[in-house]
Amino acid sequence: MTDFLAQHADVLITLVKIALLLFIVLTVNAYLTWFERKVVAHMQSRWGPHRVGPHGLLQPLADGAKFLLKEDPTPAGVDKFTYFLAPLMALALALTSIAIIPFGPDPIRVFDRKIYLGIVDLNIGILALFAITALSVYGVALAGWSSNSKYPLLGGLRSSAQMVSYELALTMSVVGVLLMAGSFSLRDIINAQAIHPERGIIGWNIFPQILGFLCFFIAAIAETNRVPFDLPEAESELVAGFHTEYASFKFAMFFIAEYTSMITVSSLCAIMFFGGWLSPFPASWTFTHYLPSAILIPFGLWVIWDGIRYETIFGRIILPGVGTVITVIGAVLIAFPFLNEFIQGPFWLLGKIFFFLFVYVWMRGTLPRFRYDQLMSFGWKLLLPVSLANVVITAAVILLRSH
Amino acid sequence: MNTPLIIFFVLAFTAILGALSLILQRHPIHSALSLIVVMVALAGLYLLMGAEFVAAVQIIVYGGAIMVLFVFVIMLLNAGVEERTNFSKLAGWAGLPLAVALMGVLAAAVARSTDRVQAVTQAGATAPTKALSVLLFQEFVYPFELTSFLILVAILGAIVLAQREKI
Amino acid sequence: MVPTHYYLILSAILFGLGVVAFIFRRNIITIFMSIELMLNAVNLAFVAFSQAWNRLDGQVFVLFVIVVAAAEAAVGLGIIILIQRNRQSLNVERVDLLKL
Repeated sequence: MTDFLAQHADVLITLVKIALLLFIVLTVNAYLTWFERKVVAHMQSRWGPHRVGPHGLLQPLADGAKFLLKEDPTPAGVDKFTYFLAPLMALALALTSIAIIPFGPDPIRVFDRKIYLGIVDLNIGILALFAITALSVYGVALAGWSSNSKYPLLGGLRSSAQMVSYELALTMSVVGVLLMAGSFSLRDIINAQAIHPERGIIGWNIFPQILGFLCFFIAAIAETNRVPFDLPEAESELVAGFHTEYASFKFAMFFIAEYTSMITVSSLCAIMFFGGWLSPFPASWTFTHYLPSAILIPFGLWVIWDGIRYETIFGRIILPGVGTVITVIGAVLIAFPFLNEFIQGPFWLLGKIFFFLFVYVWMRGTLPRFRYDQLMSFGWKLLLPVSLANVVITAAVILLRSH
Repeated sequence: MNTPLIIFFVLAFTAILGALSLILQRHPIHSALSLIVVMVALAGLYLLMGAEFVAAVQIIVYGGAIMVLFVFVIMLLNAGVEERTNFSKLAGWAGLPLAVALMGVLAAAVARSTDRVQAVTQAGATAPTKALSVLLFQEFVYPFELTSFLILVAILGAIVLAQREKI
Repeated sequence: MVPTHYYLILSAILFGLGVVAFIFRRNIITIFMSIELMLNAVNLAFVAFSQAWNRLDGQVFVLFVIVVAAAEAAVGLGIIILIQRNRQSLNVERVDLLKL
């Protein structure tokens, strides 16, 4: 038995990593819906979910229970195979794209075996992500078509045309970063930004590639069908677009696919343009290594203080408990410097991902949506030429600099 | 029976199943989905052979653009299940034996040349993408520019062909 | 290591299945898709040889085949749309106005 484990250890470790990452991503998805509802609500001067559990923190559980227990009707006249395939395809592709993202630089050492954070490091990391993005057009198009109904068909066709158009700008806007890094692999892209550790934030790709970043971010929002590009699924326009005829669990699959692709796009922005797991401070400022603890300990204490004065009894038990756990984690990081060094990379990457998710939710609460013809002309007439210009300028600068 | 051989058989089996499904399905959208399965299986085979850039381009361009075009046209034209017309008996009686004969000739040609087609060295290009791009932009730059012209002509042709009739 | 002739046999089988689909199907779009299947089978043979002889020319040619297939698909589907408009049917046997 132990021989079998020792021989196939790599496969088993990868399976454990996949299971752990799936669990984490699905939980983050659930709490991302809570986060979005809370932030949009506060922007609109209301409270959002705050009844189910303290501060509405158990709302995702209630939503999940609803999705699992609601009736799941199949409309008449649908093409059964395609109707069932479309949400599966969307979900599977969205979850597969998380496998390519590296979460930290240093491997964990367990029983003298190095385990890297991140499931796989492909030579063609970015290209594989674009391949998955290209295939996810099918989830939308087939969902719209197989529903045997006018509004989903229109919504599906519009949405897939939008996704195909913005895919071009998406791939072009990344070429500048690839030219600077010289490789498709995501770890190499981050390491290319870490060549001068003394520069800190100035060495990141955002400053030379500001045009590329803007094009990438806008095109990625259009790819994930979020506001302001969500006309195909807007309620006032097309009922609910391509997922009108989908009920509880299949609708939940589309939902999870959309939020997971939001997370993927945020991590790509963080990795390619904002330095990934690199700290914005120069490497010689080692006191900034205490920043995780400096954030966690006051936050934990505030949660305890807020929990003690909470209105429900349940909240008065749970919130101080959660706050204590957070404070203890912060204190442990100060007490064990080895753990502190290890957590620096993932802390900065997760912080940047969280920042981009906040920008996504912020845009949802603030911006109106594009009309469909404005959307298409923006993608083809503005975004694609700008990203092409970015490629030409980057290539010219690299060529001139190498002489 | 090492791991690459197992992966090869799984992917080859998937590709053949997809191709059979393309022939046997009645609705064109199911044929299109089977063809997408074939293309993804072939991309997996390219990865197995070490041609990683070609595998990515296969999925992005073939599976993500050309097949999307097919699926759009099937949806727009509302193509339904094929009607059974049997106007031509010749295709049925002569076609199948001829197709089997074609496959037999190809298989025989392959089988006879197995000893001449051997892998010279272990395939292990360290940066195939870089070498590929050097080849593409230095030796093959003229066909490369010609294909860009070809795509422009195709775009113009498609726009002209699919225009709405001017009243 | 997978021997090269395994890939070539698979390529021959896929090509033959593409020919069978081309002969026996009546829907124009399915016939067009069988052409794409044949092109894919040929691509597989190219990449197999490129790996066998350790030269990258095969992969460059595969890129060109994919580009040409894309252009052909665009124009061909435009023609198919016109056929549907003119003959109101996607059955290839209904396109017989030039028949004696």
